[in-house]
Amino acid sequence: MKPIIKVENLSKSYRIGELEAGYATLREAVARKVAASLRRRMRRGEAGETLWALKDLDFTVQPGEVLGLIGHNGAGKSTLLKVLSRITVPTTGRTEVYGRIGTLLEVGTGFHPDLTGRENIYLNGAILGIRRAEIARKLDEIIAFAELEKFIDTPVKWYSTGMYLRLAFSVASNLDTEVLFMDEVLAVGDVGFQQKCLDKMHEIRQQGRTILFVSHSMAAVTRLCQRVIWLDHGRMVQDGPAHAVVNDYLGTAWKVTAERVWGEEEEAPGDHVVRLRRVRARERGGATAESLDIRHPVGIELTYDVLVEGEVLTPKVELLNEEGAALFSAHDVGERWRYRPRPVGRYVSTVWIPGNYLAEGNLRAHASIVSHTPATVLHAPAPNAVGFQVVDSQHKDSARGDYVGPIPGLVRPLLDWTTEFDAGDAAVPETVPDTTESLEVPT
Amino acid sequence: MSGEQAGPTEALNYESGDGDDGGAPPRRAAPHVLPLAPVVANEAGAALRLRDLGDVWAFRELLYFLTWRDIRVRYKQTAMGAAWAIIQPLVMMLVFAVVFGMMGVPTDGMPYFIFFYCGLLPWTFFSGAVTNSSLSLVTNGNLISKVYFPRVLIPTATIGAGLVDLAVASVILVLLAFYYGMPATRNLLMLPVLVVLTVLMSLGLGMWLAALTVKYRDVRHVLPFTLQVWFFVTPIIYPANLLDVKWRWLLYLNPMTGIVEGLRSAISGRAFDWPSIAFSATVTLAVLVISIFAFNRIEKSFADLI
Repeated sequence: MKPIIKVENLSKSYRIGELEAGYATLREAVARKVAASLRRRMRRGEAGETLWALKDLDFTVQPGEVLGLIGHNGAGKSTLLKVLSRITVPTTGRTEVYGRIGTLLEVGTGFHPDLTGRENIYLNGAILGIRRAEIARKLDEIIAFAELEKFIDTPVKWYSTGMYLRLAFSVASNLDTEVLFMDEVLAVGDVGFQQKCLDKMHEIRQQGRTILFVSHSMAAVTRLCQRVIWLDHGRMVQDGPAHAVVNDYLGTAWKVTAERVWGEEEEAPGDHVVRLRRVRARERGGATAESLDIRHPVGIELTYDVLVEGEVLTPKVELLNEEGAALFSAHDVGERWRYRPRPVGRYVSTVWIPGNYLAEGNLRAHASIVSHTPATVLHAPAPNAVGFQVVDSQHKDSARGDYVGPIPGLVRPLLDWTTEFDAGDAAVPETVPDTTESLEVPT
Repeated sequence: MSGEQAGPTEALNYESGDGDDGGAPPRRAAPHVLPLAPVVANEAGAALRLRDLGDVWAFRELLYFLTWRDIRVRYKQTAMGAAWAIIQPLVMMLVFAVVFGMMGVPTDGMPYFIFFYCGLLPWTFFSGAVTNSSLSLVTNGNLISKVYFPRVLIPTATIGAGLVDLAVASVILVLLAFYYGMPATRNLLMLPVLVVLTVLMSLGLGMWLAALTVKYRDVRHVLPFTLQVWFFVTPIIYPANLLDVKWRWLLYLNPMTGIVEGLRSAISGRAFDWPSIAFSATVTLAVLVISIFAFNRIEKSFADLI
């Protein structure tokens, strides 16, 4: 299909001086011109004066795609949106968008504090290039979504931040632009409204509208986007399925991988009693698991050296999701070592998390060794020791079944259901053959 | 607060609908057929293209809204509202009429009040429009750095808002003309031409200064006293023929001279000084063309500079 967004050979540079000064005075401009020409004469083509906010970007976006843009601050995500929406001009290359663009780059962009909510809706619509008739038709919907019926004729300067945000989101999302740019908006507002925004974005997606979504919340990105582009210093690092890109990004960002080894004993987490030497996430077969099928069990394996004899030690693992929420904390309560002082030596303990239990997403594990007698002592803490990704590839035999949309919840256990039914005389029909396709998502 | 949807949703592989743009609102999984030409294209280079002019047309409703916003905001939370548009030139007129009237400045036989008001009316509009539009891009910086639309609409809207003030202030001139029994001659037909000239002059200068202010904030400091000097070299508080014929052309270098004197001729019915009006028109058009190009050249970097 013909792409709705085309980016060809796109680069954008800033002169660093320009960034620092922002704007110049005549005197400075003259002085700089003179200085620059002198410098040019002395050293030709000196590098390091320009900063590439975007460098050599080439990609296309299909209609209806929800594309996530991730990267550190200053990676060029916002600049890319600005170039696409023509706010600023590229240094080389070109971009084309085959549709109107709605932007939600910051809370209440283009709102005038002295105008009422209603007046601002019209103004905002006009800024997005939308006809007055169309805005009038959508007005009630916008006001209702923003939950501002009572205050719509009040100047927005008396609005709270939340009201302001709700109005801004409502305008941008309810006007039917073919393309929607969103930059970190869901980070604001109360939980209820955030959920409403997410639901709205799913709805927009179903309408076939194209969304470019910039966010630092990997949870939001993986939930909303099928595809993610990772930018670093203006360059594209990776472009691919959301889970794969996010996983690699988090791998570099957190510096956590599925295996962690401490070669030197002095550097290993621990004290004079015990030292952790290796932590890894593993599959049943023994392979280290960077990426794990949601149906398979995963083991968190702790390798540690006990240095002093006579301590009762308990290995402990805490699992967290990418939002930092703790899923559970588990320590070994098995009989073998529960009350038994440990001899000196190397141990390998593994805790097994069953298949069809975790939710999809990126998980981290804190590992540690503790002792409880006489008081609790944390001997070898290794926070963020390992990270791995759980992928639900829609094989139909996971808890997901035939449903392909987002599923809430910290965990996703496959549970038993019972159904009681009194048929009376009616015949129970045969099961309908399954016609939906089983989908393999590349990881 | 969970966000589950009822049943399998999703419609990733949709068919293209028939691109009915203004169609019924409840559209589900029926996107537009993509247009042949990009709606939003951006590329390196800064040449003025025909498409830019098409953009201005496409955003004409925004011009209306920005103008309307400027008017709304200007008189919000003021007790007197739009009356301020009248009070300012009116008070100036009274002051000048009293001071210069007592000094015996010649007025070509026109009543003092009308003579001064004919000068003050276009001048108040001009200086206000130029001042406001020169600052307009900077004060709308948050808009410029966040959303795209033809930037030229911002200074233009400021002038549009000034035009409403001009219309209100003109009421006084009409009343004065009736009061003093000024003759209704064919000369009045020139009024719209003079208004258009003033608007274009303000637009040209305002646009150019607005673009310049984005880059050099010095403009903000230079403009007030430049306008003050300009006020005195424009025959507002004196008639143009106060100067010797030999030096009068100097006065005509100032495009505002033709406009002010033209307005006096239109109201009083005396003969127009066509060369001065023609000169005004020429200068105005030149300024306008130059500023369109200057504006376009700087426009591309506004968002990076603001």
